[in-house]
Amino acid sequence: MANATGTSLRTDPDEHLSIEEVEAREKVRRARHQSHDRIAAVLYPVATMVGVIVLWEVGVRAFDVPSFLAPPPSQVVATIIEHWQLVLRNTWVTTVEIMLGYLASIVVGVPLAFGIFMWPAFSRTVLPLLISSQAIPKVAIAPLLLVWFGFGLLPKVLVAFLIAFFPIVISTAAGLASIEPEKIYLARSMGLGATATFFKIRLPNALPSIFAGLKISITLAVVGAVVGEFVGGEAGLGYMLMVANGSMDTPLLFAGLIALTIQGVALYALVEWAEHLAIPRRSTAATATLQSVTG
Amino acid sequence: MQRMNSVATELRTLPVEASRSEPEEAPYLEFRDLSKIYATDDGPVRALDGISIGQRKREFLSILGPSGCGKSTLLMIAAGLLPASHGQVSVQGQRIGAPRTDVGIVFQNPVLLEWRTALGNIMLQAEARKLDRAAAERRAYELLDSVGLRGFEHKFPDQLSGGMRQRVSICRALIHNPPQLLMDEPFGALDALTRDQLVLDIQRIWNESRMTVLFITHSVPEAVFLSDRVIVMTPRPGRIDEVIDIDLPRPRTLAMRETPEFTGYNRQILDLLLARGVLRER
Repeated sequence: MANATGTSLRTDPDEHLSIEEVEAREKVRRARHQSHDRIAAVLYPVATMVGVIVLWEVGVRAFDVPSFLAPPPSQVVATIIEHWQLVLRNTWVTTVEIMLGYLASIVVGVPLAFGIFMWPAFSRTVLPLLISSQAIPKVAIAPLLLVWFGFGLLPKVLVAFLIAFFPIVISTAAGLASIEPEKIYLARSMGLGATATFFKIRLPNALPSIFAGLKISITLAVVGAVVGEFVGGEAGLGYMLMVANGSMDTPLLFAGLIALTIQGVALYALVEWAEHLAIPRRSTAATATLQSVTG
Repeated sequence: MQRMNSVATELRTLPVEASRSEPEEAPYLEFRDLSKIYATDDGPVRALDGISIGQRKREFLSILGPSGCGKSTLLMIAAGLLPASHGQVSVQGQRIGAPRTDVGIVFQNPVLLEWRTALGNIMLQAEARKLDRAAAERRAYELLDSVGLRGFEHKFPDQLSGGMRQRVSICRALIHNPPQLLMDEPFGALDALTRDQLVLDIQRIWNESRMTVLFITHSVPEAVFLSDRVIVMTPRPGRIDEVIDIDLPRPRTLAMRETPEFTGYNRQILDLLLARGVLRER
C-alpha cells in the first residue's frame, strides 16, 4: 500500500482525476491487492510443495536411488492407492487411541487445574510433583506400561494421556489465575456469587489460555499414541511404520508418514474449530506461562 | 478476605473533622479515623493515615492528590472491597464489613469483558442483580443513548475506542440506579477532548440522578469543575490536607473554566500542592 502511494506521488498521474475518482481507484486497487494476498497465501506453499515433490521425483530417478532408500513420490502414491484399506484401518486405530488419551487428559487435566487454582495448599502439594514428573521421558515409561497393561489399546491411550495432560493443566491454571483484579472487584460489587463469578467471568476469561494448552496437547497426544505403538503394538500407524521398516518397505513407510501428517493436521484443525465455537471473538489471548501458576 | 470486625475493638472516638461543612446533617458516607497499612517486603507502608471525613447525600466529592497518596485505596475501602487497618467507614450509620452492592464503580480502565458486547457488558450488572431483563435493557439503551453510544450496543470492546469503552463502563455502573457512584480516576487514560466530553456527561448524569458521587482524580480542573467539595490529600502517608468548598453555579460550562472564580480555585489547590512539594516550580 505504502509503496503504491509512493509511486503515485513520484510520477503524479492523478492530477486530472477528481478526488472521488481517486477514491474509487484506490478502492479497486485495495480489493485487487487483498484478493492477490489471499491467492498468494494458498498458492505459495502449494507451489513450493509441488516443486519439492517434482525435484524429489526427478532427483531419485536421475541418480537411480534404490527405492528402499528413497522411493519416488509416484511410488508412494501408488502404495497408498494399493494399500488404502490397510492405511485407513491403521489410521483409525491410532485416531481412537489419540482421542481417548486426549479426552482423558482433558477430563483429568482441567479439574486438576481448577483444584490447583482454588486451593493453594493443593497447588503447593501437587504442582512440584507434576512438574518433576514431566522430567521423566514418557517414551521411557512406555515399556513399563506394556508390562503392566499388555499389548492392547490401554497402554497407548495412557502414553498419549501422560504426554498430553501437562500443558492442559498448566495453561488452564494460568488462564484462571491471570485476570485483572478489577474484574473480580466488579463482580463483588454487583453481588455476584463465587460460582457465578467463576462461570460468568473467570472461566470465559481463561478460555484463550485453555485452548492454547489444548492445541499443544493434541499434537503431543499424536506423538504419545505412536510411541505406544512403537513399543508394543498390534495395530495402528506406529505399528505399520515398524512393520514397514522391518521389511524394508520404504514406500509403505512414507505412506504411513503421510497418513500421520494428514491425521495430525486434521486433529489440530478440529481443536481450532472447537476454539472458534467456544470463543467466537478472540482478541488478546491470555498467554499461558508456568510462572503465573507457580509464582 | 479479612473481616473488618476485628478492628472494631480498637476504635477510638475522635472528633469528625468533616462536620464543619454541614454540621446538622448526618453524613451519607463517613470515614472515621481511617488508616490503611500495607505489608510489603520493605516493611509496613502506611497508605492512609487518620482520614476523617463525611460525605453528604447527593454530594459530588472529589479526592485529589499525587500518585501513591492512597486515594484509590480510600475508594476501595469505601466500596467495602478492602478492609481498613484502623478506624471505620459507615454508610448511613451502618458500618461496612463486606463488599457494598449499593454502588456503581468505574475504574481507570474500563474493565469490560472482551467476550461480551457493549450491551452485554452493561447487562452483566442486571444479570448479577437479577433485575427484570426487559426493563434493564430499556434502561441500558437509555444510558447508551445519553452518553452518545447509540448504534454501538452490539459492538465488542475491541471494536470501540478507549473513550467509548469507558462510557460503556459508566453505563454499567449506572444501570441499577445506585445511590452512590464511586469513580477511580475514570478519565485518567483518555485524551483531553474525550475527557472534557465525559466530564460534561458525568455532570449531566449526576445532575439528573442526584447520586452521591465519590470521585478520585489527579486533575485539578476536573475536580474543581465537577465537585461540591474537593479533598486535597498529602503525599504518602495520605492525610487530608485541606477540604475546599467549590462555590460555583451549576450547571458548570466549559467557558466557566476561564472565569476568575474557577481559576482562583485551581490556584488555591495548586498552591497547596506546591507547598507540600508535590509540584515544584524551580
